[in-house]
Amino acid sequence: MEIFEHPILRFERKSKITFFFEGNPVEAYPQETVAMALYRNGINVFSYSPKLHRPRGLFCAIGKCSSCLMEVNGIPNVRTCILNVQEGMKVKRQNGLGDLPKTSEFLKSEKEYSPTVLVIGSGPAGLMASITLKEKGVDVLLIEQNPNLGGQLIKQTHKFFGSQKEKAGTRGIEIANELVKELNSLDVNYFTNTTLFSFYPRENVFLAFKDNELLKIFPKFVVFATGASEKMIPFEGNDLPNVMGAGAAQTLVNVYGIKVGTNVLMVGAGNVGLIVSYQLLQAGINVKAVVEASDKIGGYFVHAAKLTRFGVPIYTRTTIKKAVGVDKVEKAILVELDENFNETSKEFEIDVDAILLSVGLQPSYQLLAQAGCEMKYIPSLGGYVPLRSKELETSVKNFYIAGDVGGIEEASTAMLEGKLASLSILKKLGFDVEKEKEALELDLAKLRSTPFSKKILQGLKEVAYE
Amino acid sequence: MDKKNVIICRCEDVTYEEIVRAFNEGYKDIESLRRYLKIGTGPCQGKTCIPLLQRILYELSGNFPQNITIRPPETPVPFGIFVNVPKK
Repeated sequence: MEIFEHPILRFERKSKITFFFEGNPVEAYPQETVAMALYRNGINVFSYSPKLHRPRGLFCAIGKCSSCLMEVNGIPNVRTCILNVQEGMKVKRQNGLGDLPKTSEFLKSEKEYSPTVLVIGSGPAGLMASITLKEKGVDVLLIEQNPNLGGQLIKQTHKFFGSQKEKAGTRGIEIANELVKELNSLDVNYFTNTTLFSFYPRENVFLAFKDNELLKIFPKFVVFATGASEKMIPFEGNDLPNVMGAGAAQTLVNVYGIKVGTNVLMVGAGNVGLIVSYQLLQAGINVKAVVEASDKIGGYFVHAAKLTRFGVPIYTRTTIKKAVGVDKVEKAILVELDENFNETSKEFEIDVDAILLSVGLQPSYQLLAQAGCEMKYIPSLGGYVPLRSKELETSVKNFYIAGDVGGIEEASTAMLEGKLASLSILKKLGFDVEKEKEALELDLAKLRSTPFSKKILQGLKEVAYE
Repeated sequence: MDKKNVIICRCEDVTYEEIVRAFNEGYKDIESLRRYLKIGTGPCQGKTCIPLLQRILYELSGNFPQNITIRPPETPVPFGIFVNVPKK
């Protein structure tokens, strides 16, 4: 399932290591995660579900959904999509909830940190926030649960729209490279492979873990740049392995150079669905069709036109009814919808080995809700989002947000918000940043002045504090 | 749609049909459904299923459920880190 030639990407594959899956040796590249290595070797079933014993596999591929849980070196419920593979590692399919390990050899020490600012998430918002703060000499700790910095930028091979200032015309992967380079030159303190999982308000402590080490973090300020996760839709067989988020397919294909399938179906014709479909074609994967429940294509015309040129049909007012297959997708049953989005009797089948969902994103709001931030459900922003001031401070003092966690937008707005949140913190710390802040607010308003931003602006109004 | 073959909560294997049945038995809000069906209480803590559950409850009742409690931890955590270990 390996991709060898790609018009844009070069995959670095030097050495190989060996780990064990169900007792059998499997080869992997050291920079890949367990889930990716398994996919490269054609293994799609990661576990059997606790009650119904259904096969389960990858869904989000960025450590959020927990669909990829397996037993690793005797520890159950490990998110294999974000765990780097290691020589000799023992990986097993998990049956149900898993058993507690019998030994205590996994225990390590705990560590405490008291940074001035804790930044959670290293996507465009988090990177920009960290850079802005560290440039002024502020002590930052950046936490990222994935093995790489850069969030979803690291799989965006397309060039961004927008203005020059926000790096339009540059590929997402290059933006990530530039920002990470800047971060490193500033010597920002960061941890990858580190998951922040709890906040306890009384002690003002954030808990995180890296491998089996507990991290206690006592920050003065926090920038939540936790991003978003992919949404699911209800249909029969929606949990079958190889039904996954379009973003997960992008991770496989663009980050690790692994084919998600030979013939795939894309569900949803918004920008994500269209762009990812095109990127799959670039990687030599056959996109059999794109289906869209509404009566028109949601994404930009240019993206749809690229698919049409490749002869990919886009069926509007059509959705997926059923994913069929044993242990893995073998075909999809599609159904036409009437004007009220009800299923008609017009059904048709297509043979595909992967079904990709691009049916929207939801903000990763969980930590904010734990922290007691006032939240509101705003459909146009993707789901639950925190109320915030103009300076991006939430209802909890000194807790700021930036990027998709405050409402689903673009990488460009996420970068500007990351900077804005940091400038707001710098202001509180006594720095003179007023002019910079004003200019930035103007840039943000400009980015949101297109017709596509109308709904977002309305949503933002509903969550704005005076 | 054959609702008994539609999984809403992957972690706890809760189907669409079970939610409809529980709703008809009187479990009409997210908190009581969580306690009754364990929906949203598994390793991912409802990241995938809660939005689906909200949509289903809206279809069944006409009201969109709000106010969801999020308790720590929000993600699977290795037990070992909670054991008291000497500081180095």
